[in-house]
Amino acid sequence: MTDVTLEAVRKSYGDVDAVEGVDLRVADGEFLVVVGPSGCGKSTTLRLIAGLETATAGTIRMGETDVTGVEPADRNVAMVFQNYALYPHMTARRNITFGTGSSTSFTDAEIEERVREAAEALDITDLLDRKPAALSGGERQRVALGRALVRDPDVFLLDEPLSNLDAKLRIKMRAELAKLHEEFGTTTVYVTHDQTEAMTLGDRVVVMDDGEIQQVAPPQELYDYPATQFVAEFIGDPAMNTLPVVVDRRDGRPVATHAAFSLPLPGTGDTVPEGPAVLGVRPEHLSVANGDGEPAGNPIEATVTVTEPLGDSLLIECRAGDDAFRVEAEPRLGLVSGDTVRVRYDPERLHLFAADTGEALYHSDTGRRRGAATPVDPDPA
Amino acid sequence: MSSVATLPDRLGEYTEQMVAETGGDTRDGLVERLSLHALALGAVLLLVLPVVVAAIVSTKPTGIVTSVADLVPGRSGAANYRRALVGLGFWRFMLNSFVMAAIIVVGKLLVAALAALAIVYYRLPYKNLVFLVVLFTLMLPVPVRFVPLYRLVVELGWNNSFLAITVPYLASATTVFILRQHFRSIPSSLVETAKLDGVGPLRFLVSVLVPMSRGIIVGVSVIMFVYAWNQYLWPLVIIDTEGQQVAQVGLSLLRGQASSGEIAWSMVMTGSILTLLPPLALLVAFRKPLLETFTLQQR
Repeated sequence: MTDVTLEAVRKSYGDVDAVEGVDLRVADGEFLVVVGPSGCGKSTTLRLIAGLETATAGTIRMGETDVTGVEPADRNVAMVFQNYALYPHMTARRNITFGTGSSTSFTDAEIEERVREAAEALDITDLLDRKPAALSGGERQRVALGRALVRDPDVFLLDEPLSNLDAKLRIKMRAELAKLHEEFGTTTVYVTHDQTEAMTLGDRVVVMDDGEIQQVAPPQELYDYPATQFVAEFIGDPAMNTLPVVVDRRDGRPVATHAAFSLPLPGTGDTVPEGPAVLGVRPEHLSVANGDGEPAGNPIEATVTVTEPLGDSLLIECRAGDDAFRVEAEPRLGLVSGDTVRVRYDPERLHLFAADTGEALYHSDTGRRRGAATPVDPDPA
Repeated sequence: MSSVATLPDRLGEYTEQMVAETGGDTRDGLVERLSLHALALGAVLLLVLPVVVAAIVSTKPTGIVTSVADLVPGRSGAANYRRALVGLGFWRFMLNSFVMAAIIVVGKLLVAALAALAIVYYRLPYKNLVFLVVLFTLMLPVPVRFVPLYRLVVELGWNNSFLAITVPYLASATTVFILRQHFRSIPSSLVETAKLDGVGPLRFLVSVLVPMSRGIIVGVSVIMFVYAWNQYLWPLVIIDTEGQQVAQVGLSLLRGQASSGEIAWSMVMTGSILTLLPPLALLVAFRKPLLETFTLQQR
């Protein structure tokens, strides 16, 4: 086990920068998830750590050792690929043991013992003599994980390992991966495009876009205090609503004004600069005000355009002024397209982003300040 | 035999499609289908006829065919084959051909596999140019190189040896090409896994690439074997002792063995059928991987 440090790592292909100056430290034993849309540089970052790509600039360290120019085989990392990368002509057992002779100093008896242990942990003991063609997708991925476990690597690298599995199996394997990490405690870097996977698995989550790190934070912090508009919209499902507003001051207090409504920005909003900005509020922090007895506030008048009943909630798309936003409303409201609703918001869950750079200007939740570094204790023990 | 069975099926599909497209009624479709079958049958007959005639003639005492009535199998078959193989020593030519073809196949595979490995997996400068140059050698087949090759081989003192009839054939652009295409179709994550495990290139070739390319290698081997087996001109030029000669050249020696000035056609045909048998056996035995190889090339 070891920690991994990336310092100003850059990777370009010709004129195109796949990764632009990434600084990142993966703590010893941490489960770090890198998430982002396709082409954001997350896989390239992982491959740089593995040594499958050579960094154009910057330094990669494992523990105290500079591994930037070191061959993949000498980095003691194990990687699991999206397509499992099993040799089709070898049995599961042979797939697991094939590389051990070259990369590790285990004796045959030790390898045997390690295979047995890994197979038990992954529940694939009965499948060891089958070839990949006779295994299901989930079983193949277990074998691929077993192969990685047997190496006893310093760092585990997983490149979208669950993407080829169906939804149900993915959730099951997700839980098993978390369990495995708890059991073995190996430093893990996990790449995915699925924000749910990122949130559920990661001790910390790295959000990347366009070759750059947008934010590194534990899942809840990422959700509550997104550092940029991109993170805000990427994390969370359904995605956060963003509406153009103008911030000005009334009676000395900042107010965000939209064409169709205006709402005061509570809490520590004094530092918010005046001028155009983007208001962010998640659909789950909006609700439909039904009828009388509502507490006074500033409900937003909006017209329903689309309704999507999800069973446990009713997702409605509304229009206010020229902008659309979504509300996760109570189910069974019986709303139809064209209805006018009054939408309430949770004043503790408002976000404001700079209109030009997309950087977060303000989070209404006073519990914690934006940008406050959260110390991470990845040690599961 | 599956290939034979699927041909009419495909023709059938084709005609059905045609009928559907032209909106013709089923009777027209049937006529078209029948005529297509007849055409296919005619083509097969045309191809097989010389072989059948040769097989019939090889069973006759003299082998002079002057009328259709002469095309009835004779009774000298066993005697003819025994005489050709044992009496006239044709077994020796067959064995030489077999050894030559086997060495060429194995040698070509070794050279081509290593070349394809380097071209696909190594980071070489001007890699594509190297591959183009390899493909360029297709424009210079062995017969074009006869004159300088002859001098070279004689100067090396290789004439009348297996070296002379095998080494010039060892480099094969076709085989490199086919193996390269196949290696490229193997997912890169398999290669990367091996890299991470520290599996060396030769071990990767032997333990991963070759087993994963088994079908292609068998298919290519059959093609190469038939090609090597059929070599005529170069052995004729470079081998001048009878004991070292190959079957294709040996055929003409069979004719020369004919007594009383008349060409013993039955002997020639016996030899022809004998030389036909090993490639035919291979084609029949390995028709499946062979077809796979050809589909790969089409891709």
